[in-house]
Amino acid sequence: MEIVLVGLNFRTAPIEVREKVSFSGEQAQRASEELRSRGILEETLVLSTCNRSEVYGVHANANHESAGALSSFLSTFHEVLPDQLNPSLYHHYDHDAVRHLFRVSAGLESMLLGEAEILGQVRDAYLRAHECHVTGPVLNRLFQGALEIGKRVRAETELGTRPMGVASAGIKLAERIFGKLQDRSALVLGAGPISEQVVSQLRDRKIKNLYLMNRSREKVEELARQYDGKVLEWGEWDTSLKFPDVIVSAVGAQDFVVTRPMVERAMASRGNRALFLMDLGMPRNVDPAVADIYNVYLYSMDDLAEIVKQNRDARQSEVPKAESLVEDHVAKFISWQASVELTGVLETLRDCLKQRRADFLQERLAGMNHFSGEDREKIGALMDELIEQLLLHPAERLRTEKELRRKIQNVEAIRDLYLSDREKS
Amino acid sequence: MNQLFVILTVLAYLLSMGLYMGFLYTGKEVIGRLATVLMFMGLACHYVALLGRARATHSVPYHDLQGSMSLFGWLLAVTYLCLEIYHRQRTVGAFVVPIILAFFLAATFAPEHPAPPLQVHGVVFALHVTLSILAYAGFALSCVLSLMFLGEERLLRIRKLGDIVWRLPSLELLERMSHTSVLVGLVTIAVGTALGFLAVDRQAGQHWYFDPKYIVTLVVLLLYAAYFQLARTTAWRGARASKLCVFNFVLVVLSFTVVNLFLSAHHRYF
Repeated sequence: MEIVLVGLNFRTAPIEVREKVSFSGEQAQRASEELRSRGILEETLVLSTCNRSEVYGVHANANHESAGALSSFLSTFHEVLPDQLNPSLYHHYDHDAVRHLFRVSAGLESMLLGEAEILGQVRDAYLRAHECHVTGPVLNRLFQGALEIGKRVRAETELGTRPMGVASAGIKLAERIFGKLQDRSALVLGAGPISEQVVSQLRDRKIKNLYLMNRSREKVEELARQYDGKVLEWGEWDTSLKFPDVIVSAVGAQDFVVTRPMVERAMASRGNRALFLMDLGMPRNVDPAVADIYNVYLYSMDDLAEIVKQNRDARQSEVPKAESLVEDHVAKFISWQASVELTGVLETLRDCLKQRRADFLQERLAGMNHFSGEDREKIGALMDELIEQLLLHPAERLRTEKELRRKIQNVEAIRDLYLSDREKS
Repeated sequence: MNQLFVILTVLAYLLSMGLYMGFLYTGKEVIGRLATVLMFMGLACHYVALLGRARATHSVPYHDLQGSMSLFGWLLAVTYLCLEIYHRQRTVGAFVVPIILAFFLAATFAPEHPAPPLQVHGVVFALHVTLSILAYAGFALSCVLSLMFLGEERLLRIRKLGDIVWRLPSLELLERMSHTSVLVGLVTIAVGTALGFLAVDRQAGQHWYFDPKYIVTLVVLLLYAAYFQLARTTAWRGARASKLCVFNFVLVVLSFTVVNLFLSAHHRYF
């Protein structure tokens, strides 16, 4: 039995190749079924996200042959020339494949170190494959382990706790002031990519009221339609600044868009309710003097960038802790795999010895006609007992071996010494 | 026997404090839960230790300074745990448990001074004192929360967040928690004071209406009521309200110490 992984990710393949080799849900199912029906793999699972496409599988023989077949399959399935695809592919087997998946699930292989989305993507891929019955005991166990380590890393380390983007850092800061944003209102100035990013994150936080404002009405109306926001008229500052708790500005302007007198008037009319301003414009959109107003919190792009830098460093410092957890889980999986293999190897060895015993008796007792059928059965039973006794001690030692590496070596030795011919046949 | 529970209380509070600090530093949920469990254990042991003291004095343990301090610590722990459960927020524990522990240790190790017997007795009087101490516990908690608010608000304003700010409760939650504890304090001090009048009324020939303690208590009550209202509505909301809350507690401490010891003839340690 061999666990095999063939895939590519943002480190090994440019976006043009990743786009060609990505799987939709339906494609993932079809590919898994084809891989099984063609006998390339016994169990399969396709994990496809915007940054990676990976096929995990289990093959009956541990001869590394399945990876080549899998690469060819990917090339044919996605109609990409092997010359174009193969340099981007990585192949991992057994422990390395397990370790890779666990690292992916922990967010250690993500473009944004420790990102949370990958865990959901691994879960979805597993559930989809499980529902289609293309996984088996090995991949089920492997992916359950991956989900477990993903959760553990996020619970026990700070790898995923701190925001890594300027927009998300700003929104996290707003949550430091207001708590959950479900009952809050936000006003976003601008309709460019940064504004859209902020609007999307605010919607993810289920913000109650989302107001949008932009000089060009056409662009902002499109954004409002997409994210269920309400468009306000550009320039109506006194009414617009009265209600929101969070104001985000990402407008291209040479002068300050939000000035101190504007905010002072707004604070007076809103009874000094706290106001969080995120200035993502370059040059700055909000007069820095606004920060001196009571109950106003102003963060510029530079302030947020500094926080992101601190968070990135903090996340990086958590990597060794996360890696150590991953190694624990890899060892746990290998131990499980070794115990499963041990049981299988002992069963096969017993069957093999019994077969040899049967052949041996048939050959040697062929000319000994004075033995009755009953005698022959007795001799057979005695020899079976001898086989069981001979196996008893080594089996016990194999089972109780505490050191994992030695256990695996012993299993491999039995396989090589006694079963290599049988496995080949 | 009582000594054993004193030791167990100290151990439980110490461990709980360490774990609450660990939770604040690491953010690990399991550490926080363990801290709460140990806090409950400390509370139970503290109760048994208080019971021992009450049995020895045949009364609620407020006759002497040690008893009052220990009872205050216990009620502070009860109030805090209720607040933690109600608001599902554990990080405050790292700031409150040291105070609880300090009061318990002070009550345990302070030299014993035999106090003269109290002139007023009975269930109503016991309730009056217990509720008054509970009010002080509520106000103490609101003071801690307000100080946390001021600290976090300051860090957010100067944009020096460090590691801890991400783990602290949001300003809005700190304000809400502070309101809850002030509300507990306000209700209990109002009921406690009313019961005090009732208890005195039942004692023939006793009239304490001109005790300076009443005036100070009334001022405290009014100031906290003002905080309660101001913090929600007007220009005072935010840091100013928190500063008022801290100021109010300074007044409570003065009422607890200077007024009781030097001005009031009928109030001792509550």
